[in-house]
Amino acid sequence: MTILLDKNSRLLIQGITGHEGLFHTGQMVAYGTNVVAGVTPGKGGEWVLDGKVPVFDTVKTAVDTTGANTSVIFVPARFAPDAMLEAADAGMPLIICITEGIPVQDMMRVCAYLDQKKVRLIGPNCPGLLTPGEAKAGIIPNNISIAGDVGIVSRSGTLTYEVLYALKLRGLGASTCVGIGGDPVNGTNFIDVLELFEADPHTDRVVLIGEIGGTDEEKAAEFIARHMTKPVTAFIAGQAAPPGKRMGHAGAIIEGGAGTAKDKITALQAAGVRVARHPEEIPDLLA
Amino acid sequence: MSAYFVDVGSGVEYRLSAPKEWGYLMKLHEYQSKQVFAKYGIPIPRGRVASTADEARHIAEELGGRVVIKSQVLVGGRGKAGGIRLARTPKEAGELATQVLAMEIKGLPVRKILIDEAVGITKEIYLGITNDRGARRPVMMASSAGGVDIEEVAANTPEKIIKLHIDPLLGLRDYQARDLAVSIDMPREFWRSFGEIAAGLWRVYKENDADLVEINPLVITSDNRLVALDGKMVVDDNAIFRHAEINEMRDLGAEDALEVEARKYGLSYINLDGNVGCMVNGAGLAMATMDIIKLSGGEPANFLDIGGGASSEKVAAALRIILADPKVKAVLFNIFGGITRCDEVARGVLTAIHEVKPKVPMVARLVGTNAEEGLRLLANANMITAETLVDAAQKAVAIAKGA
Repeated sequence: MTILLDKNSRLLIQGITGHEGLFHTGQMVAYGTNVVAGVTPGKGGEWVLDGKVPVFDTVKTAVDTTGANTSVIFVPARFAPDAMLEAADAGMPLIICITEGIPVQDMMRVCAYLDQKKVRLIGPNCPGLLTPGEAKAGIIPNNISIAGDVGIVSRSGTLTYEVLYALKLRGLGASTCVGIGGDPVNGTNFIDVLELFEADPHTDRVVLIGEIGGTDEEKAAEFIARHMTKPVTAFIAGQAAPPGKRMGHAGAIIEGGAGTAKDKITALQAAGVRVARHPEEIPDLLA
Repeated sequence: MSAYFVDVGSGVEYRLSAPKEWGYLMKLHEYQSKQVFAKYGIPIPRGRVASTADEARHIAEELGGRVVIKSQVLVGGRGKAGGIRLARTPKEAGELATQVLAMEIKGLPVRKILIDEAVGITKEIYLGITNDRGARRPVMMASSAGGVDIEEVAANTPEKIIKLHIDPLLGLRDYQARDLAVSIDMPREFWRSFGEIAAGLWRVYKENDADLVEINPLVITSDNRLVALDGKMVVDDNAIFRHAEINEMRDLGAEDALEVEARKYGLSYINLDGNVGCMVNGAGLAMATMDIIKLSGGEPANFLDIGGGASSEKVAAALRIILADPKVKAVLFNIFGGITRCDEVARGVLTAIHEVKPKVPMVARLVGTNAEEGLRLLANANMITAETLVDAAQKAVAIAKGA
């Protein structure tokens, strides 16, 4: 297996009968992903996608019946925290939350609970996972990437597609692509994924796509310097965004670092990471 | 979404054309924050808000004695800019109010002033709660070295600031507030009052989905009371749906008109200083597109993320907003179709072009879902097309420079 997702993963889609959920379930199935169940409270007993996927009322019944082991969440932001907790309580070991716009404090409570349960959460506000040629759990377009040896981890959505596509045009493929999401508080961070790629025999090199804000890229740089033997190439979006004024002092007290693109690039370069000036330059640096 | 541009965790705001108002974080004025604090039992000075010198003088008369005139603008450093003044009489309050109301602080005009009773201060304390995104928990911070120089204290003597993480499932516990009081050498007679204020501030943070609540300074007065002299509050825009009363405090008059218009359509738009208008799907890609414009020798006129799965109506609104900015000399569309369908984007663009009949040239790069159909539609609209991101940016920059 590559990391996190392969053709043996058994997917459950929460919010499967919604507009987005249904469309993307169709895409995942078309990609060859093993989608075994969906959940929409009140619609249990129905089938979607021409009778291919059964719908359940609760995650627990879906798991009991189908043995689903990976959940993908499409439910709207105000219900998504509940959906994540429901999946965790049903024993789901891997949850991928696509939903954007979830309040930060909800996410802090969800993460605190999921940590106790030892559940891995990817996202929220993320494009999900893609292991090219095997399976897709999320919304990454089906035809923009080929299988290969590049592990990709990104805080962004469409920018990740841009990078996958730029690699494909040059004949370069991905082992697994992990969109960890752009929210301030999320489940899995860069370091978690770098650790998995370092240990993965199918991954020979890694692309990291970061953004301004926070200090996750700086922490990733520290991890790379100490623990990564595989080469890492990076791009940081937001170089044209000069930091402006501050509001309140709390942030400055907490992190010290400013989270600018410049700070992140400097930290990554010091860790031996090649940093691209724009997404289409990444294949040049990998070659 | 907000997370991309305003990073409360590090305190840095990625507003590209400061100083303007924020579109994506709900930031409260001092007087609004203090009104919220008061509801949670946090003592604040007596005072009221005014927008004319006459009102200021009346309020000063009501309060009796000395008052402080405080400009209400949504930036830090008001005091150092002369936007906070002490008046000894109602007459002086009127005079100073006139001066302060005529000020611009970091580019923001002062429209309102807060008139607070002046209190005697024996000690200034800092107390705040924010999200520690790295720890994925709220963190409460306190220091006995409160006041205007707290950031210097943080930089030079960080040990003087005590930080305490709060379990988001348990909330702030009484013992934690006591720990803080002891750690900052709060005299014992104030422990009870400090504990009540800390608990109140935690409830303000939690019950209003704040990203930041801050009292700086929390003072010990010369008559031995604890009072929140200043207050700051930033609320998570993603949670505003459950806080109607906070949403009503939004100061629309202080925000960029185009940004307010964009928000109506669910668009993330920030007006910038350059002349290349951009329409992109996804915040990260929008930032990367701006980066490439800059690398190509140009300057973006805006950040605009149409989000995922945008309808043609939304796209048309986005283009109208871009074109309403007179600085724009060229428009660049960079759409990577996924959820978003390129033909839908193209239809929206055509609708807006039909209405606005723009004179500025446009460069389109469409990749992904239904890109061919989208490009075919746009070909009829006399649009310049590009294959790669770099190619698209270079074409748009060249046009903007030649214009």
